[in-house]
Amino acid sequence: MTQAARKGAERWNLRLYVAGQTPKSITAFANLKKVCEEHLGGNYSIEVIDLLKKPQLASGDQILAIPTLVRRLPPPMKKIIGDLSNTERVLVGLDLVPKR
Amino acid sequence: MTLLDKPLRQPKSARRQAPALQPLVTRGRHAVLAKAATGITGLDEITGGGLPRGRPTLVCGAAGSGKTLLATEFLVRGATEFGERGVFMTFEESVEDLTADVASLGFDLAALIAQRKIVIDYVRVNRHEIEETGEYDLEGLFIRLDHAIKSIRAKRVVLDTIDALFTGFSNPGILRMELARLFRWLKDQGVTAVITGERGEGTLTRHGLEEYVSDAVIVLDHRVDDQVSTRRLRIIKYRGSSHGTNEYPFLIGRSGLSVLPITALGLQHEAPLDRVSTGLDALDAMLGSQGFYRGSSILLSGGAGTGKSSLAAHFVDAACRRGERCVYFLFEESPSQYIRNMRSIGIDLEAWTKSGLLHFHAARPALLGLEQHLVAMHGAIEEVRPAVVVVDPINDLMSVGTTNAVKAILLRLIDYLKTSHVTAVFSSLTAGDAHEQTTDMGISSLMDTWILLRAVEEKGQRHRGLYVLKSRGMPHSNEVTRYTITDHGVQLVGRSPQHRTVRRTIR
Repeated sequence: MTQAARKGAERWNLRLYVAGQTPKSITAFANLKKVCEEHLGGNYSIEVIDLLKKPQLASGDQILAIPTLVRRLPPPMKKIIGDLSNTERVLVGLDLVPKR
Repeated sequence: MTLLDKPLRQPKSARRQAPALQPLVTRGRHAVLAKAATGITGLDEITGGGLPRGRPTLVCGAAGSGKTLLATEFLVRGATEFGERGVFMTFEESVEDLTADVASLGFDLAALIAQRKIVIDYVRVNRHEIEETGEYDLEGLFIRLDHAIKSIRAKRVVLDTIDALFTGFSNPGILRMELARLFRWLKDQGVTAVITGERGEGTLTRHGLEEYVSDAVIVLDHRVDDQVSTRRLRIIKYRGSSHGTNEYPFLIGRSGLSVLPITALGLQHEAPLDRVSTGLDALDAMLGSQGFYRGSSILLSGGAGTGKSSLAAHFVDAACRRGERCVYFLFEESPSQYIRNMRSIGIDLEAWTKSGLLHFHAARPALLGLEQHLVAMHGAIEEVRPAVVVVDPINDLMSVGTTNAVKAILLRLIDYLKTSHVTAVFSSLTAGDAHEQTTDMGISSLMDTWILLRAVEEKGQRHRGLYVLKSRGMPHSNEVTRYTITDHGVQLVGRSPQHRTVRRTIR
């Protein structure tokens, strides 16, 4: 298995910031689910934050781009923006594979 | 994870189709662009009332040119003087840094934040911690801005410096699209916005922001000429409004920005008809028996020791006797030295300083740049609101600038004084070997009355002769009048026996 197996003991805490249910955010969520299932086993949680409902949360994580995925745990904090359609880069962003 | 079972919705900003605020108001027969006063000294004058209300204005300039300060003052004055709350979105400085930076200008951002008059949102963009994968937009920025605006019902918005976005995101296509959308969105919100941008090489802004802002563009510049640094401001675009097109010097002072001129742009000041005494009956007599016009400018020129300051002291003394306030700008002596010297010829100025009628402002000209002098002088005049101003001597101002610059500065000062009906006396020291009429750096055309003081040596004695070279709008004596400086002031003693000599020399 991949690097994720070794990190299996860790709990992954991910946040996906969206603004309403736009095609982009739905794609991003689907892509994220897929990556998590394949690479993180069941050891993760995803919190979806709709900034249209909770705009006050945008500044805390310095959100500008939508969608933004924030890896809150394990540290350090990582951000991946976009619809997460490029799985390879998502894995790089999550530190699951080293950056080339 | 409830995301997927909700109906599809458009993002908020796309749904919001509120009509743009109508910034046009009808005044008389013409529609006039509504403006939002900045409260920045001078800027509202050259823009004819402020920035376009409900529209974005681009302020561009190099690093350190004063963009952030201008933007901050716009917000602070809006909140404190015009009852318009503001949102400051800063991309470069943290809230703490920004607060500390503007504290020196007397702006208490922390208090304004506590009173919910200003909201600051620090937007930190760091490309290194962001991985881009696929499609995105900057809806988060819109949401933050929208949230901040709504939270205090803000009417003013500052985005400083939006270029930071270009360092944060690698896809310029998306950025440009989003910026265009942002500026449209700001207009739709009806907020008066100031957006700052970095100056580019050969372009107004490094990232071509001027393409998106079509309403008003202000350029700030900071440069050093002859070791004197001056900041300049220019309005290069103001759609739907007339505006001054020059480069205007501005200064960052203790209470914010001051843009010069603080004066009217046209020659439209009213010319008062009433006259004021020169303080010497004999001199009044030479000026159509009534002295100077109120609000006129008078040049006293002459060599060293001809009594320019003494004549000015008579005038000031007479004004104070009438109960008028005076401001005396000294560039060579300290006030106490000047007061002492005048006391020796029987003029007690100290009494007037004590009674608050006479105000001295002494400074070494080299200490400040020209614009700073003008601003300092303007500040003093605004504070005291005098009827009489003396600048003694103007030569020293020349030492800090080129002739043209001095002339421009004096022109602005005189304009300002005339509009406020202040009578102004300028003394000018003529160098010993120079010709009187050529040395006064072409400023004589700005003067309404020109009195020439001259020393003549004859038979081992030195006589002084006074001559009214010109005095607009009044009959005046063409005689060279001899005068002496005695322990009870300047005494005009009638026609000089040497007047022929003097007049020949003058010509």
